[in-house]
Amino acid sequence: MNLAIASGKGGTGKTTLAVNLALCAGVPARYLDCDVEEPNGHLFLRPVFTERAPLVLPVPAVAPERCDGCGRCAEVCRFNALAAVKSGLVVFPELCHACGGCLLVCPRGALSEGRREIGVVESGFAGDLAFVHGRLRVGEALAPPLIRAVRKHATPDRLNILDAPPGTSCPVIASVRGCDFVLLVTEPTPFGLHDLTLAVETVRELRLPFAVIVNRAGIGDDRVRRYCSRERIPLLAEIPDDRRIAEAYSRGQPAVATVPGVSRVFRRILAAVKRSVRATPPLGVLR
Amino acid sequence: MRVAVTAQGPKLSDAVDTRFGRAAWFVIVDTETHAVEPVKNEQNLDAAQGAGIQAAQAVSQHGAQAVLTGHCGPKAFRVLSAAGIGVYLGAQGTVADTVEQFRARRLSKAVAADVEGHWA
Repeated sequence: MNLAIASGKGGTGKTTLAVNLALCAGVPARYLDCDVEEPNGHLFLRPVFTERAPLVLPVPAVAPERCDGCGRCAEVCRFNALAAVKSGLVVFPELCHACGGCLLVCPRGALSEGRREIGVVESGFAGDLAFVHGRLRVGEALAPPLIRAVRKHATPDRLNILDAPPGTSCPVIASVRGCDFVLLVTEPTPFGLHDLTLAVETVRELRLPFAVIVNRAGIGDDRVRRYCSRERIPLLAEIPDDRRIAEAYSRGQPAVATVPGVSRVFRRILAAVKRSVRATPPLGVLR
Repeated sequence: MRVAVTAQGPKLSDAVDTRFGRAAWFVIVDTETHAVEPVKNEQNLDAAQGAGIQAAQAVSQHGAQAVLTGHCGPKAFRVLSAAGIGVYLGAQGTVADTVEQFRARRLSKAVAADVEGHWA
């Protein structure tokens, strides 16, 4: 089963939830950090990495003696990574999404596959827990291919917990698309609610089963609760605003390992997700 | 000489658009014959990325030998340089004013981009 943890707003507790769920799964689990722009799960789980695989994308390389500047490659590139001018072709590899269209349309065979390393996938174990994360090269903006490379490690032999990046843009879509269930973590504040509604619209568009977790319950107001009730969204659990959880986080320690009794809420969340996934027929689309 | 002026409209009396890649129009003026050819930059206004690159390609295809604009970012500058098109910055007022300033050599030729990408 693939369970994604997403949020809309950043800093609501995605990693806290994902790390603690993975640690009290009770079954063989895998933690996949899909926030490749700033992965942080390893700070809490401290895995030993056994594999390191750079991810290289094919980008156009031009042979100037063959290019007559016809510009068909630039016409077909929706990401504007190529410009044809009198002196030949100007290529911007950092804008390329590696679709290969320019190579297909070039009538003179002037383009070949160059290489651009966008990041690295590292995998290993933290005790029994399988661990995978991606690290995007600094300055690189194209996260989705690296996220997909991280997700390739998700196999059905384990409960795969995917820690998604914040927001609702392409990297989030790449992280949650096709998952069996999405948990949206929010905090009970106006900001939390605002970004939660965006995240809800996103997962509804992707037709993914989802539920909401309120973190730091006790601060703010009850508008998130009222919103969930109005929209008929299951509010699976409220994690209390507990200084001990924050202190454990600040030391890089998972709450379940340091705060007595706190694992109950995470086990309850997992049980509710499993019940819900069993009750929902498989999607068959967008997988 | 054909110069491309970034403008908010298609006419000589329209105001200059100080952005290059996402300018509404390029008004191409022949400084000898005074012929005017307006080129709409519609498709680049909504481009997710690379507007400056495509704008530079477009003015090159329309035979401009110089670009008169307010500011120019690094990617557009690279394409314009490759196309052998001079970039003159600091344009203001109307298209006609700008062409006049260029003819009077009051606009200086840029040796590099003067803003980061996505500055506006």
